Amino acid sequence: MKLKSTRDGYGEALLKLGNENPDVVVLTADLGESTRSHWFKEKFPERFFQIGVAEADMIGTAAGLALSGKIAFVSGFGVFVTGRVWDQLRISVAYSNANVKIGSTHCGITVGADGASHQAIEDIALMRVLPGFTVIVPADALEATRATVAASKIYGPVYLRLGRAPLPIVTEEAEVFTIGKAQLLKEGDDLTVIACGVMVKESLEAAKVLKEKGISARVINLHTIKPIDRKSIINAAKETGAIITAEEHQVMGGMGSAVAEVVMEEYPVPMKRIGILDRFGQSGKPDELMKEYHLTADDIVLEAANILKRK
Amino acid sequence: MNIEELQKICLEVRRDIIRMLGEAGSGHPGGSLSAVELVVSLYFSVMRQKPQKPDWEDRDRFVLSKGHCCPLLYAVLARCGYFPLEKLLTLRKLGSPLQGHPHNLEVPGIEASTGSLGQGLSIANGIALAGRLDKKSYRVYCLLGDGETDEGQIWEAAMTANHYHLDNLCAIVDRNRLQIDGETKNIMQLEPYNEKWEAFGWKVIEIDGNNLKEISEAYAQAENIKGKPAVIIAHTIKGKGVSYMENRVEWHGKAPKKEEEEKALKELR
Ligand SMILES: Cc1ncc(C[n+]2csc(CCOP(=O)(O)OP(=O)(O)O)c2C)c(N)n1
Ligand SMILES: [Mg+2]
Repeated sequence: MKLKSTRDGYGEALLKLGNENPDVVVLTADLGESTRSHWFKEKFPERFFQIGVAEADMIGTAAGLALSGKIAFVSGFGVFVTGRVWDQLRISVAYSNANVKIGSTHCGITVGADGASHQAIEDIALMRVLPGFTVIVPADALEATRATVAASKIYGPVYLRLGRAPLPIVTEEAEVFTIGKAQLLKEGDDLTVIACGVMVKESLEAAKVLKEKGISARVINLHTIKPIDRKSIINAAKETGAIITAEEHQVMGGMGSAVAEVVMEEYPVPMKRIGILDRFGQSGKPDELMKEYHLTADDIVLEAANILKRK
Repeated sequence: MNIEELQKICLEVRRDIIRMLGEAGSGHPGGSLSAVELVVSLYFSVMRQKPQKPDWEDRDRFVLSKGHCCPLLYAVLARCGYFPLEKLLTLRKLGSPLQGHPHNLEVPGIEASTGSLGQGLSIANGIALAGRLDKKSYRVYCLLGDGETDEGQIWEAAMTANHYHLDNLCAIVDRNRLQIDGETKNIMQLEPYNEKWEAFGWKVIEIDGNNLKEISEAYAQAENIKGKPAVIIAHTIKGKGVSYMENRVEWHGKAPKKEEEEKALKELR
């Protein structure tokens, strides 16, 4: 199977957008190649701004460009374009409602060998509490491209959570990406697995194994964490009676928490959140780390058996 | 506009600030009063603007990086005609567009939300870069506090402005030598200050920032500098115009009580 990272999908989208829209500008803080924004730079050097290793200044500069009519894509590592500059995102971008898009690569533990300092596993939590921010987590490179293009078409701040590791393609080329509309990947009625990012692939694998065991799992790709698709979550709760969430992120405050907020208010059913349990990441190969942190299809299968007992 | 006319407006703006803060019961008089001449001069004799059309594409831009001094900016905007003067007395009240720190979505003429110090110069850089991309001739002004320049982001932005040769940008530092906890030299040594900005690639223009003649010359000089950004280091008196506030650190962030307000208004005539 052909593997491709979501950062590649992002870089390709920037190139496409550069051709289509002269208002698109791109910034980076010494991470042009790693974020794939250098492809844009090669084609549109006058619309590419290298800011040096100065993320706070990069966010403010992007806000200024955006407040002057540009669509400003900021490209950097997840840890450095969220927590490190959270106050800049809060005031210069969100409170000013600047049309800034954060292309946040190297999210999650699949960053691998660089270890905890470079693995953003708190970013969804940090970004979804900022008023006005849209938060998107693409599941594969194709979806990353579509999401990046979609982000350029709405006015206002958007956070795009992207990864470094090459992943299999789980969505269709011709898929239409609608911000805020979850994607139903597989029908099922015993339980629902709601996943985002790399965990979508794991969830699909888990659903196959569960099917062999006679358990019918619905799989939803919740690519937009905010605004959240309340309807498809409520339907899942009503129609399947149990929900497992799976994300490559801290369970506290992440996608699973966002889903739990809806379920708790609208239609409480047994839930289990799979994610990172209040730990930092560490060095290792992506697949080793996914095992170490219990983020595999096997872990989802295990939790499915447990949750069915609680129904 | 000549100096006497500008002086009259400065006096009115100082009175506005005192009345707004008195009515609000809180706010930041010291740094608002110190920068009155700097901002009045900009809006009434330097910047190209259309108060009836605040989003006019070719307008010159002003970013108030030291957002806590927004009473000054609100008063100047109102006196330019961006919104009615009566609004000024709603400062800091529930439902008022005149928030305790500036919010661009609420007030016509405010370019960006600020209030968290250290962010405005980066925003001004972005606006200046956009102006260049769009082949516009507008200029961008950014007012900083001296204490604010303790922030690392200011120096990141200073490097960026130099790197991109932003000669359409002019920063102004209100060098009133005070911040919240005391004198800048005791809180965090800024000197050698001019040399810092020069080392970062900026043209430094040092003036008496309460002197309208020196201010207007400085803005003219800044506009003629090519190939690099300019910074006006404006030596001012914090609390300028109200005797009991001048150079007094305790008047950074509190409002005058009724008798104090009356005393101030008596002096400002
Ligand atoms: C990031 C940030 N930290 C702290 C504050 C609180 N604060 C408000 S004003 C101020 C001092 C500012 O001093 P200066 O820049 O010299 O302003 P001025 O003297 O002109 O009032 C501080 C620390 C803030 N607004 N933002
Ligand atoms: Mg000061």
